[in-house]
Amino acid sequence: MDKDVRILAIESSCDETAAAVVVNGREVLSNIISSQIDIHTLYGGVVPEIASRKHIERINQVIREALTAAGVTLDDIDAVGVTYGPGLVGALLVGVAEAKAIAWARQLPLIGVHHIEGHISANYIEHRELEPPFGCLVVSGGHTHLVRVRDYGEYEILGRTCDDAAGEAFDKVARAIGLGYPGGPKIDRVSREGDPSAIDFPRGKVRGSEYDFSFSGLKSAVLNYLNECRMKGIPVRTADVAASFQKAVVDVLVEHSMHAVEEYGFREFAIAGGVASNSALRLAMEEACAKKGISFYRPSPVLCTDNAAMIGAAAYYEYRKGIRSDYSLNAIPNLQLGER
Amino acid sequence: MKILAIDSSGMPASAAVAEEGRILAEYTVCFKKTHSQTLLPMIDAISRMIDLDPASLDAVAVAGGPGSFTGLRIGSATAKGIGLALDRPLVHVPTLEAMACNFFGSSRILCPMMDARRSQVFAGIYSFRNETLDILTDQRPVRIEDLVKELNALAAETGRSLILLGDGADVYRSYLEENLTAGYLFAPPNLNAQRASSVAVRAFQLIREGKIQTAEQHCPDYLRVSQAERVRAEKEPSLKPGSAAE
Repeated sequence: MDKDVRILAIESSCDETAAAVVVNGREVLSNIISSQIDIHTLYGGVVPEIASRKHIERINQVIREALTAAGVTLDDIDAVGVTYGPGLVGALLVGVAEAKAIAWARQLPLIGVHHIEGHISANYIEHRELEPPFGCLVVSGGHTHLVRVRDYGEYEILGRTCDDAAGEAFDKVARAIGLGYPGGPKIDRVSREGDPSAIDFPRGKVRGSEYDFSFSGLKSAVLNYLNECRMKGIPVRTADVAASFQKAVVDVLVEHSMHAVEEYGFREFAIAGGVASNSALRLAMEEACAKKGISFYRPSPVLCTDNAAMIGAAAYYEYRKGIRSDYSLNAIPNLQLGER
Repeated sequence: MKILAIDSSGMPASAAVAEEGRILAEYTVCFKKTHSQTLLPMIDAISRMIDLDPASLDAVAVAGGPGSFTGLRIGSATAKGIGLALDRPLVHVPTLEAMACNFFGSSRILCPMMDARRSQVFAGIYSFRNETLDILTDQRPVRIEDLVKELNALAAETGRSLILLGDGADVYRSYLEENLTAGYLFAPPNLNAQRASSVAVRAFQLIREGKIQTAEQHCPDYLRVSQAERVRAEKEPSLKPGSAAE
C-alpha cells in the first residue's frame, strides 16, 4: 500500500471505554483506556446497565484524548473501526452508535470488528514479523477459544469452552477463597506464594472434542474442597488453593494448545485476551513452545486487556480487503468468530 | 441555523432536519427493528434526499430522556458522535417537553406519559401560553394513581380540560377513562408519539434560552437509577440511590 492508513478504533464491549489511532494495523499512535473497574468492584462483577451508562459518560473524552495523544485530527483519519460483538449488548451499542455517527458526519468508511479478532490481532502490534498462518489461544473473562488463524481475517475455531470461560473461573474461585474481584490478577499474585502441586484438582476434559474446554467441573472441585476443609475443620491455605487451581487451568490450556501445534504444524503460536497476562500461563506456554521449537508470541499486558488498539489492528486488515459496514451495523452480543 | 433532531427514546425512531420555522425533512419509523439498525440509515436517507452536507449542521438536538435506557443511549451516542466529528453543540431536549410540543400553542393541560413499567409512568404536565411552554410539573416517574389525582386537581383548579398522549396513555387508557373527573382527549395517532420535528421545535426554544451543551457534556437523563444501584441502596440504606455511581 502506498499511502498510510490511519484508523480511529473504538471499543466498548464490556467495562473499558477505549479509543485508539493505529497506522497500517501495526503502529499504535495512541491507545486510551478508561476503566470502570472501581464501580463494578462494588457489585462483585460487571453490571451491564452501569457499564453502558459509564460508556456514554466517557466516550467522547476518550476519543478526543486518543486523537490528541496521537497528534492527529479527524481530517487525518481514513476509517473508523468499532467492536460490534461479542459482548454486552448495551455496552456495545454505545460504541457502535458513536462510531457510525462519526463515520457518517465525516463521510469515512466504517468497519465493524469482532472483539476476539481484535484480541488475536493485538499480537500484530508488537510483533511485526508475525503473519498468518499461526495458532492462537484467546483467553479472557468472557472467552476461551483455540483458533487457527489461516490468513488475515480468516479464522477457524478448533476448540472453545463448553461452560465457563477461563477468566470467569478465575473470578468465581477468587470470590470463593475470599480474594474478591477481579479474580485473575489476584489469583496470579497469591499463587506465587503457594504450592501448585498441593491439591490435585481435576483437569477438565470434554468427551469427544479434544480441543474444547470445560472449567465448571474444576470450579466445583475447588468449592467442594473448601467445603470439605470447613466441615473437617482443616485450615485452608489460600495460596495453595489458588496455585493448584491456576495450575489445573494452565495445564489444560497448554496441553490443548500443544496438541493443536502438533496436529496443524503451527510454526508460530500466540496467546491473547485478559488471561494472557497471567504469569503462570505465559511461562508455561513459553516453555512448551520452546520445547517444540516454535516461536511464541504474547502481547504486553496493556494489549491483553480490552483495548481499542487491537480493534484498529484488526480493522486495518478488513479495510485492506475492502470490507465495509453500512449504517445499519448493529451490536451482536453473541457474534461468532468468522461471522459477518 | 440548521439542526438535526433525533428521538429514539421509545418505540418510534425519528429523525428530522430543521431550520427555524421550517422542517426540511422528517423520517419516523415505528417498527420492531432496533434503533441501532434504523436511526442512522434514516438520518442518512433524509440527508441524501435534501442534499445535506453534514458539515452544514449547526447543532444536534436529541430527546435526552426519559425513555428506554438503551434507546436513549443510541440517540445520545449518535448525537455525541456527530457533535464530536463536526465540533458542534448539542441540545438536550427533555423527551416529554418535546412531546408536549406535538400540541404547540394549546392552552389545554397537556400530559404526555411513557410507560415506565414497575406500575409507573414517566409523565410531565405542561401548557402553552401562546408560544411559551409552561412546565406545570416537570417530567418524573410517577404512579398512575398519583398522576390522575394531580391531573384531576389541576383541571378543577384551572377549569381546563386535558390532552393525554404517549404510550403510557395507551397502556393505562381504561384506568384513565374510569378515574379522570375532568374533560379529556386522547391524542390521535399522528400526534400521540415521539417525533423528531417536535424535538426540533423545542430545541429552537432552548437554544434561544442559551440551553446548549458540548457533545462531551451530554448524557441521557434516565430519571431512574439502574436496578443494581437500587437493590444495593435497599440493602444498605445509608447509600442514597445514585451515590454508588460516584
